[in-house]
Amino acid sequence: MDRIPILRMGNFLLVTIQVDMHDRLALTLQDDLTNRISEVGARGVLIDISSLEIVDSFIGRTLANIASMARVLDAQTVVVGMQPAVAITLVELGMSLPGIRTALNVESGMEYLQETAEAGMEIGVYGGDSTED
Amino acid sequence: MAATVLKTETIHIKSSSDVVTARQQVRTLAIELKFSLVDQTKIVTAASELARNTLDHGGGGEMDVAVVENGIRRGLRLTFRDHGPGIADIKQALSDGFTTGGGMGLGLGGSKRLMNEFDIHSQPGAGTTITAVRWK
Amino acid sequence: MSNLLKLIQESRASVLQNWMEGIRDLSRRRGLIDERELEAQSGDVLSAIADVPADTNLSNIDLPAWQTLKELLGTLSAARAVQGFSPSETALFVLSLKQPLFELARKHWGNKANELFSEITLTNDFIDKLALYTTDSYIHGRDQVISRQQEEMLELSTPVVTLWDGIVALPLIGTLDSSRTQVVMESLLQAIVQTNSRVAIIDITGVPTVDTLVAQHLLKTITAARLMGAECILSGIRPQIAQTIVHLGINLEDVTTKAKLSDAFRLALERSGRAVVRVSKANTSAHAAKEL
Repeated sequence: MDRIPILRMGNFLLVTIQVDMHDRLALTLQDDLTNRISEVGARGVLIDISSLEIVDSFIGRTLANIASMARVLDAQTVVVGMQPAVAITLVELGMSLPGIRTALNVESGMEYLQETAEAGMEIGVYGGDSTED
Repeated sequence: MAATVLKTETIHIKSSSDVVTARQQVRTLAIELKFSLVDQTKIVTAASELARNTLDHGGGGEMDVAVVENGIRRGLRLTFRDHGPGIADIKQALSDGFTTGGGMGLGLGGSKRLMNEFDIHSQPGAGTTITAVRWK
Repeated sequence: MSNLLKLIQESRASVLQNWMEGIRDLSRRRGLIDERELEAQSGDVLSAIADVPADTNLSNIDLPAWQTLKELLGTLSAARAVQGFSPSETALFVLSLKQPLFELARKHWGNKANELFSEITLTNDFIDKLALYTTDSYIHGRDQVISRQQEEMLELSTPVVTLWDGIVALPLIGTLDSSRTQVVMESLLQAIVQTNSRVAIIDITGVPTVDTLVAQHLLKTITAARLMGAECILSGIRPQIAQTIVHLGINLEDVTTKAKLSDAFRLALERSGRAVVRVSKANTSAHAAKEL
């Protein structure tokens, strides 16, 4: 069965969705990603959807689920590169994906992930173990 | 004034890959009609929602996609037919957040907002027919 | 069946000449069309009538044999709309063909009243149908001109300007309706992608009223921008509009708003890690001295 490849870059996982996804493929991606996050102890997930021509409620929900599951596993998710037409349509559809962080492109998405990861590290270094909750 | 049908194509919706085929077919015709990119995206997204609806709630069925003309306006008309359990309360089904399938419940109401005309015919036990048109 | 058709085929040149007499003013009076062009068009139309099989029925212009003629008239009339002819002038072009055709019939059946009457009725009816068809095509052509102009106007009215590297602004002026807002929305979002801008300022100083619909459109734009990874700041909200927004119960709580465009710009600079500082006099003169 088709799979969407997941790349690892240090503490981060990178996914580029390039195909017109059918629902099962989206669910497989959700499974694969959550597995990989816990396997490698990833701190961030970047999903590039710049080549996606539509995001319907199912794909939108899958993205939201991935973000929530990643958060539970202590990883931040950022969705990058949503096309204007896709964004307009999603809003009209009634989905504003409030739980998802977005960025214009891979570069600013990575910047965001690095910043949040560093912020998390600082607590560990300066605050000591006891302040972590 | 009744719309004239210039061209129709039918796609059978039996699996989730048929939903992808339906989207692609709708996209091709929307491009042919020279819809703007935003309008194309809206129509294709609505088609995706409705095709999934046909598959998940109607147990499969078919989609007709037709190029229609009404005076100087041209448009794309999508018709989805299934022989599933039907919808008991259409008004409720169209409201945001209503779901029986475990989704977000935006499928029907959302696609209605993406199209210019939207019509549901359904009888419990006899299936559902949804017709949606977007004009240029 | 149509004996007149045969007659036209035989005396095409004289019919064309008579027809041109009748429509010559059309080119002379308005100067919208060249006389030679008009003659060429008339010749084409006449050929399209004369070149059908001689037994073609005149009473039904939907027959396939008349397709060439209809297409020709359709293109001509649509062109007339663009050239600036009035609908009646466009119809007159076709209606003027009646006179030379009646003349032809009179010459041939002048002494047979019954035949003359039936041929003239048939021809009259035929030309009337063509004239109606011409008018329809003219209106169709004009509708297309109007809708194209509307689109062009929409595009003109929504300039997106770059204020700084990574900051764009959309100064909205005039009444916002649904279709205009859609264009506005699209061009702003498009500009965000093109200029790679993280912050977009929507300035509504020039918008006279904000009703629920307009506010909803603005909110949708702001949400769509957020989905793409950009933040919107709304500026230029006048006191009356602030009142309306609250009275209408529109929720702008999740939206960053600023009273003036300059405040919004300052905030946008801050968000992108920049600040505006005043260069003190001492510094400038010291700098100037060094330059010297």
